[in-house]
Amino acid sequence: MEAGQVTERAAPAVGEQVGERLRRKPWLGAVGVIALIFIALVIGEGLHDVAQTGLNGLSLGAIYALGAVGLTLVYGILKLVNFAHGDFLTFGAYMAYLVNVTWGAPLVVAIFWAMLMTAVLGIALERVLWAPMRAKHAGLLQFLLMAIGLAFLLRAVFQWFWGTEIRSLDVNTTSSVEILGLRIGQTELIVVIVGITVLVAVGLGLRMTLLGKRMRALSDDLELAETAGIDTRRVILWTWEFAGGLAGLAGVMAASVTSLYPEMGFELLLPIFAAVVLGGIGDAFGALTAGIVIGVMTEWSTLIIDARWKTAVGFLVLLTALIVRPQGIFGKAKAI
Amino acid sequence: MTLDPATLMPVGVSFEAITDIDFWISVGVLAGIYAIVALGLQVNTGFTGIVNFGAAAFMAVGAYSMAILVLEVGISFWLSLPLAMLITMLFGALVGLPSLRLRADYFAIATIAMAEMVRLFAQNARGLTGGNQGLFCADDDPSNCYANSWRDVSDSINGFVENFWSDPSSLFPLLLVIWVTVGIATIALVYLQKTPWGRVLRAIREDEDAARALGKNTLLFKLQSLAISALLGAIGGFFLALNLATLHPIDFEPLITFFAFSVLVLGGLANYKGVAVGAVLFWFVIEGTRFIDLPDPPFTETRIAALRLAITGLLLIGLMAFRPQGLFGNRQEMVLGE
Repeated sequence: MEAGQVTERAAPAVGEQVGERLRRKPWLGAVGVIALIFIALVIGEGLHDVAQTGLNGLSLGAIYALGAVGLTLVYGILKLVNFAHGDFLTFGAYMAYLVNVTWGAPLVVAIFWAMLMTAVLGIALERVLWAPMRAKHAGLLQFLLMAIGLAFLLRAVFQWFWGTEIRSLDVNTTSSVEILGLRIGQTELIVVIVGITVLVAVGLGLRMTLLGKRMRALSDDLELAETAGIDTRRVILWTWEFAGGLAGLAGVMAASVTSLYPEMGFELLLPIFAAVVLGGIGDAFGALTAGIVIGVMTEWSTLIIDARWKTAVGFLVLLTALIVRPQGIFGKAKAI
Repeated sequence: MTLDPATLMPVGVSFEAITDIDFWISVGVLAGIYAIVALGLQVNTGFTGIVNFGAAAFMAVGAYSMAILVLEVGISFWLSLPLAMLITMLFGALVGLPSLRLRADYFAIATIAMAEMVRLFAQNARGLTGGNQGLFCADDDPSNCYANSWRDVSDSINGFVENFWSDPSSLFPLLLVIWVTVGIATIALVYLQKTPWGRVLRAIREDEDAARALGKNTLLFKLQSLAISALLGAIGGFFLALNLATLHPIDFEPLITFFAFSVLVLGGLANYKGVAVGAVLFWFVIEGTRFIDLPDPPFTETRIAALRLAITGLLLIGLMAFRPQGLFGNRQEMVLGE
């Protein structure tokens, strides 16, 4: 159909052809822009610096991507903008701190504990808060303010038990590894490897498994999915478990490569939102890609501007994406 | 964990704070500032149906514009006020122009991101805003502070007040001016809401497509609604700046916006008169933690701060779950249902 349409029209202008293709596959444009930025940076700053900062950005990107997958699934399926999602990350990180530092257990145990506990938190909140509110047919403002209130409540709990001190997990922060002349901290490398592995697994799981397909079906149209005989309540619970677990993992990663304090997750929330919007709401693959892209772009920005400003990259991406293309770039094109 | 018998003792109530007039005045000042900001949010959220999560940015732009105009540009404090209001209203319109076309939830995210951008700017543009050091007096002339002109007025008000009340609180004139402003703003908004203009806002809230079908330029009305809340945000920002006497980026974190939202939903949506009541009640509860003489362990200062955060969170969750219309709101006027 596509090919036929193009040939039927009497030799459309090149610009029109490009425009049509961009509308159908918007990520082509994004890839082009990123390639242009990459080339410009390589010419200006040299390949080594660009590759080095890009590598630094991968660990940040993996954290954004892991946070974004859960947020986008919840957003897509329940139409709930979970402002407390950042605090899910902090929750996971403090759970890991409890096991890893307070009880002195190895970090691997702490990671699994953090993922488990954050998943439990997600399910518990769905049961006591979100499901009853949906049953009441609560409005958008109610959900928004409730999520904000929940974020404050969680932060208050962190502050009560752990204070406002900046803490760190028991990880190796000194040794680093050299690959092809590029240097990366050992912990960062582990974060990148674990992050990318989990992300690929999540991507494949969503595409291949029945649960993944059901989640995507719910995200497309919850009522239609219900009519098709899917047990939506169960899938929603699984989604929260999934979102919580990944948020917990992302939180532990963030606390490993940076530091842990009650506002940690909230400060990560806006770049994570940026990944969600850029990827297209409800689109897990889009969120994965967009998270990595934003992480790398944030670190690239330090080549040309002061590192103090680098958080602005996430905000700028978020605002630009919202204004220019709120239906997302890396996800499949759909009208909203 | 062993329990210290001291922590098990019944919690005492200290009456020192209740009789301390300075304490009440400081609570009243906070309540008034947030009432002004929440009135702006009432115009947006209660009457136009746009969920504005960027109130802190309006306060920041207003307060910083005023301080920068006085300290860096060197114009008088009184001239800086209308100019800063104008700047903030333009800023509000500039923010609204691209983002008001968005769906309600996207708009909320866009405004909170914009507010964080403003805070990041205040933190990092050190030459202009003083960064995290704060902004108080001019570098080259430490006697030139933005609050100087206000101090003079404040002293002359207290000079008059001394006729009735020996040794008045130094914050009393600020309290007076703030609550006069709250009164004027409330009356003006109640009046505006009864005009045809106000009815169009409500029509947009109820059904934007229908309002557009009637030939109303809804974007223009929504921009005006945002500009009014920017104006009120700027005024709240001025008073906050005068109350603090030093501007820090941390004073404009997103929490501030949600304090104002708590005030708004406690007082009730779509009711201007409820805002002042909501503000007084909210700050009474938040500052009320000082009445109760909490023993230091386990109640350290950080934990009392955590307690306030928890109260705010629980208040928002509880209100939204059980009484989304707040104290004086009208359930029928809550059409943010879908």
